[in-house]
Amino acid sequence: MAGFYPAYSRQTLIALRTLVGKETHRYLRIWLQTLVPPAITMTLYFVIFGSLIGSRVGPMDGFSFMEFIAPGIIMMSVITNAYTNVVSSFFGAKFQRHIEELLVSPTPNYVILAGYVAGGVGRGLFTGLIVTIIATFFADLKIHSIPITISVVFLTAVLFSLGGFINGVFARKFDDIAIVPTFILTPLTYLGGVFYSLSMLPDFWARLSMANPILYMVNAFRYGILGQSDIPLATAYILILGFITAGTAFSLWLLRHGTGLRS
Amino acid sequence: MNALSLRQLNKTYDGGVVALKDVDLEVTPGDFYGLLGPNGAGKTTIIGIVTSLVRPTSGQVSVFGHDILKSPWEAKSNLGLVPQEFNFNQFETVSQIVLNQAGFYGVEHSVAERRAEQYLRELDLWDKRNANSRTLSGGMKRRLMIARALIHEPRLLILDEPTAGVDIELRRSMWTFLRDLNERGTTIILTTHYLEEAETLCRNIGIIDGGEIIENTDTRSLLAKLKSQSFLLDIGKPLQEIPTLGDFPVTPIDERTIEVEVRGNQTLTDLFARLSESGVSVTSMKNKSNRLEELFIRTLGRTKPTQEAS
Ligand SMILES: Nc1ncnc2c1ncn2[C@@H]1O[C@H](COP(=O)(O)OP(=O)(O)OP(=O)(O)O)[C@@H](O)[C@H]1O
Ligand SMILES: [Mg+2]
Repeated sequence: MAGFYPAYSRQTLIALRTLVGKETHRYLRIWLQTLVPPAITMTLYFVIFGSLIGSRVGPMDGFSFMEFIAPGIIMMSVITNAYTNVVSSFFGAKFQRHIEELLVSPTPNYVILAGYVAGGVGRGLFTGLIVTIIATFFADLKIHSIPITISVVFLTAVLFSLGGFINGVFARKFDDIAIVPTFILTPLTYLGGVFYSLSMLPDFWARLSMANPILYMVNAFRYGILGQSDIPLATAYILILGFITAGTAFSLWLLRHGTGLRS
Repeated sequence: MNALSLRQLNKTYDGGVVALKDVDLEVTPGDFYGLLGPNGAGKTTIIGIVTSLVRPTSGQVSVFGHDILKSPWEAKSNLGLVPQEFNFNQFETVSQIVLNQAGFYGVEHSVAERRAEQYLRELDLWDKRNANSRTLSGGMKRRLMIARALIHEPRLLILDEPTAGVDIELRRSMWTFLRDLNERGTTIILTTHYLEEAETLCRNIGIIDGGEIIENTDTRSLLAKLKSQSFLLDIGKPLQEIPTLGDFPVTPIDERTIEVEVRGNQTLTDLFARLSESGVSVTSMKNKSNRLEELFIRTLGRTKPTQEAS
């Protein structure tokens, strides 16, 4: 397949390592903008919704309200941070034009994609870890299944990093990188069962919620931690993997075509 | 096998601007080639296509025999680009920029570190290696882009107006650097708006205007052409035969007009001496415009290109 250079596997690996290093270095360098805000916001969620309000809300699906919302809040921070990292970094590279450093080099397109996605996954998981540690101060979290928890959070981070990448390819101005997170991602996450169980909703709304992909991810992750989910786990995996496949194919096509990159 | 070969290259940008029309160009290995032309002529577009930042509408490009679309790895590894506009990450340091670029070309880190030191020292940037790129002066940024383009040791280095906005002293030291690099074997292509630069550095020169290559020759012949002027002379009585005027080439236009070319080393006084020797009486004369010279005036902003030579 075009784009693979078996004769240059060593060089390709060096290019990938360089890009992942550069991306990681970027979000660590600006940790005050990348890692601290989610820690503060999510702490507030735990304090306000979990402790203050949660103590008046009865148990949800058999768990305390704090236990119930913790996985959703972790997932919310992973989704937002993975997405934001890639879209800002990639658009920033286009805006400052240093993306040309990559474009003139022989780095294959799939390495460019993998490098940016790795940066997003790295920041998503790092934030997820910070929020998880914060959560343990508020709730006694015992992980039901480590493989499910890890695989769901990892795949979700990959998926939203891809989303951020595609957004970054199409973005032409700074406004364009905020539209999707504000108008699509945040509402879908709030409506994705972070704070409530699907069983609480009237039939119609419950059914409508099933069309929200984020609901599956939040629930699959909650299953990993609590062992309880509103939806079948297999559906969640199929959905996430399906989106990842489609997102990867589309991103590679955009890169090959040079959309938004080569005039 | 040429260092660079462009065949029938065409580019029409989205929006309809025709930037290149059937451009053919060959640059031989080891050459120091100058690409000259007025603003908007298509120089950066050619460079963009060669370095894959711009998609050609049609045509072929190969670098040392490797087609840029069919063997991108080999073609790109042989190429280094110093772009017209600054394009590095404002938040990275000088050495990060150079080392990352090496990584993108698959250069081992230890090798990259050694070369980074070498090129940053040669380009007088070693003391600035830990400085943020946005804190550099314009001249330093230009040199940083050169160091970045050399870190994978390309066989062909392309520089798009590398000395724009650079002071005389620095410009001269960049010339020395580039000439040494060329003598050590790197093929160099550069665009410039300074005739002195092209004259000092380039062995061959191509001139592009309106997306077409209109001249492609060695520097010496080009200068000779530029330094020659043509005059249209009106003759008192109709000529019976074309007069011979020594070394001055004569072209008849009609029976009362001839065109005479005066080269850089000849004088009008000599011309008139020849004219009176041959018994030709001139009633009036006018300077014939020279397209090349006009182009040069637009390109270089000089009325007499020869004056700038030193
Ligand atoms: N991205 C673009 N989209 C549309 N038109 C473009 C684009 N880039 C260049 N052009 C047009 O193509 C033509 C050639 O431009 P180019 O940048 O190649 O000129 P140039 O010879 O490098 O000029 P200069 O000496 O000013 O740098 C110009 O008419 C320019 O407006
Ligand atoms: Mg230009």
